[in-house]
Amino acid sequence: MNIHEFQAKQILLRYGVATLRNEVASSPEEVAAAVNKIGGSGPWVVKAQIHAGGRGKAGGVKLVKSADEASAFAKAILGKPLVTHQTGPQGRVVHRVIVEEGCKIARELYLGLTLDRASSLVTVIASAEGGVEIEEVAAKTPEKILREPVNPVVGLQAFQARKLGKALGIPVASFGKLAKFLAALYDAYLATDAALVEINPLVLTESGDLIALDAKMSFDDNALFRHPDVKALRDPNEEDPREQEAAKFDLSYIALDGTIGCMVNGAGLAMATMDIIKYAGGEPANFLDVGGGASEEKVAAAFRIILADPTVKGVFINIFGGIMRCDVLAAGVVKAAKEMKLTVPVVVRMEGTNVKEGKQILADSGLNIITAADMADGAQKVVAAAKAA
Amino acid sequence: MSILVDKNTKVVTQGITGATGQFHTHACKEYGTQMVAGVTPGKGGTDFEGIPIYDTVGEARAKTACNASVIYVPPPFAADAIMEAADAGVELIICITEGIPVLDMVRVKRFLAGTKSRLIGPNCPGVITPGACKIGIMPGYIHKPGKIGVVSRSGTLTYEAVHQLTQLGIGQSTCVGIGGDPVNGTGFIDVLELYNADPNTEGVIMIGEIGGSAEEEAADYVKREMKKKPVAGFIAGQTAPSGKRMGHAGAIISGGKGTAADKIAAMKAAGISVAASPADLATTLRAALGK
Repeated sequence: MNIHEFQAKQILLRYGVATLRNEVASSPEEVAAAVNKIGGSGPWVVKAQIHAGGRGKAGGVKLVKSADEASAFAKAILGKPLVTHQTGPQGRVVHRVIVEEGCKIARELYLGLTLDRASSLVTVIASAEGGVEIEEVAAKTPEKILREPVNPVVGLQAFQARKLGKALGIPVASFGKLAKFLAALYDAYLATDAALVEINPLVLTESGDLIALDAKMSFDDNALFRHPDVKALRDPNEEDPREQEAAKFDLSYIALDGTIGCMVNGAGLAMATMDIIKYAGGEPANFLDVGGGASEEKVAAAFRIILADPTVKGVFINIFGGIMRCDVLAAGVVKAAKEMKLTVPVVVRMEGTNVKEGKQILADSGLNIITAADMADGAQKVVAAAKAA
Repeated sequence: MSILVDKNTKVVTQGITGATGQFHTHACKEYGTQMVAGVTPGKGGTDFEGIPIYDTVGEARAKTACNASVIYVPPPFAADAIMEAADAGVELIICITEGIPVLDMVRVKRFLAGTKSRLIGPNCPGVITPGACKIGIMPGYIHKPGKIGVVSRSGTLTYEAVHQLTQLGIGQSTCVGIGGDPVNGTGFIDVLELYNADPNTEGVIMIGEIGGSAEEEAADYVKREMKKKPVAGFIAGQTAPSGKRMGHAGAIISGGKGTAADKIAAMKAAGISVAASPADLATTLRAALGK
C-alpha cells in the first residue's frame, strides 16, 4: 500500500526524522493561508500530492516567492490531472498540495530502506547522487549505489552510519546527525511494517543539517492488520475502483488493458493464465487470484467484478484446486451468474480437489458454460469465443 | 529414494483444529502419510480422528518422535509457530500459511540460522513424495511415483506441471513448493542441490515467477553443477505490468528488475529448456530428457 508524501512525512516526523515545516492544503485560499502560517521570508515550495514520482519534471512542484504566487500555482494544478512518467497518459488528479518552507541546500543525496531479498535483510541503500531517479543511477553507475544490511538482532549501528557518511562524503561534523537520521528512519520502518522508505533527496544544508526534502513510504499489505492507523491513510482517489471493490473481499485483483477476464486460484497460475491468453492471441483484462480457501461468497464477488467490467468480452476460469475446492468455486460462479445474467462467453477449466463435485454443480446449473480439457484448450476457446461474440 | 520426505516421515500438524488444518490433515492421512500428532494450544489431551493433540510442539515431539511439522496457523501467529517447531528440534518445518508479514519472516530466518531445522515456505503448497508421503495441500491423486523433481514458487503451477507429467506417464520423485513470499526458508538452489544428490531424480522442472533474482541465481547453479540432469523451466508473469504486485508478495517487477525476460534469458544461457507456454511444461522436460 502506498501513501502520499505529506502522510509519509507526518509518520517519519513522529519517529524523529528531520523534515521541513509544511502544511497540507486543498484550495488556493488554503495554500495562501499556509504560506502565511509557515511564515519567514520565503521562498516556499508548493508540491502536488499524488502517488507517483517525477512530479517535479511534470510541473507539479514550484518554488514561490509570495502567498499570491503560491495560490496562483495551486489554482493552476488543483483538480486537474498531472501526468508524470509513472502515472500513464491519463495522469492522476491533484486533490491536495503541500506548502513547505525552503532551505539552503548544500548537497542532495539519496537514502532508502527496503528488504534485500537475496540476504533476507532490511538494507539501507544510499547514494551521493540524490534528487534523480535511483533506478537510473543503479543502471548506469551501479558503483555509486551503497548498501548496508541491518542485522535484525541488534538493529542499525552507529558505525554503519559513519561508514555510509564517509562513503557519501558527508562532513565528519554531521556524522552524528546522519546516525540519528538513519536510526529514526529504521525505527519508523520497523514500527509501521514498511516495505519501502525512500528519501530522495536527502538534503545536507549549508549549516550541516540533514533533512528529508521528499519522502515516500509503502507498506507490507500482509502486515496492515496490525496497523489500522496506516490502513486508514489509504486514498481511494489513487486506486482503480475495481481494485478497491476487490480489496473489500480480500481478493488480489489488478486491472489490465485486455478483453479476457481471468479468474484463477494461486498467483503463479493466475500469471501463467495471463501469459497463455496472450500466447493464444488474446489480451488479459485483469489479474485475479481468488486465493486458497476462498468461500462461495468470495468467488461470487470475484466473478461479479469481472462481469461488471464493460471491456470484458470473455471470461476464463482456470482452477487447479489444492486448498481451494472445485465444488466451492463452482457454487460461487453459479451464484453470481444467476444474479447477474451472463452476456459474455465463460470458459471453465477445473482440476484438483473435489473436481467431480465441481463439474457436477456446473453441469446441473443450466448455465451456458464452455468446458475446457486443459489450460491451453481453455485459452484457445475463450479467445475464439470472445472474438466471435 | 526421494528428497526431504519419505514413508518414514512422522508429521505433526500445527493448527490442527482449524478448518483448513482438519481438511488437509485428513487428506494427508488418507494418502498414507504418518500423521502422528496435532498441536493447538488449549486443546491438549483431545484428538482429531484418532490423532492425539498436544498443547505444545515440544510435547508432541517427545511423545511421538515427529520429525516434520506442517503449519496451518493464521498469519499473525505463524512466525511464532515456526520458531516453536524449530525450538522443539523438528527437522523439517513446512509452513503453508499465506500472508505472513515480511518483517516477521526476516526475524524467523535469523532465528532459524544455527538450528537444525529446515523451513519450506511459507505461502507454499508443501512437499510430496508420490506414493509415500504427502505433507500439505496439494491434491494427491494427480501425482505418480517416478524420477522427476518439480520445484516451484507457485502452488497451483506445481500442480499444473505434475498433472501434465502424470498425463504423459512420467512420474515424480519429490515435488517441492518453496513459496511465493520474498523471504522464504528454502530456496531453489537448496532444492536443486538435493535433487542433484538424489540418485532417483533424473530430471527437474523448475517453475519461477517475476520478482527478485532467485531464478537467475538458480540458473547459475544449474550451469555449474547440474551437468548430468536435464532441467526444464518456466517463468510466470511474462505479461505482468511493472510496479504491480501480482498476488504473491514476491511477484513484483520493481525498477526494471526481476522481469520474466531477464530470467528466461538467464535460464536459457544455463542450458535450461524453457517452456514458452505453461501448457508445455511436461513436454519440454520430456524433450530435454531425450525421450
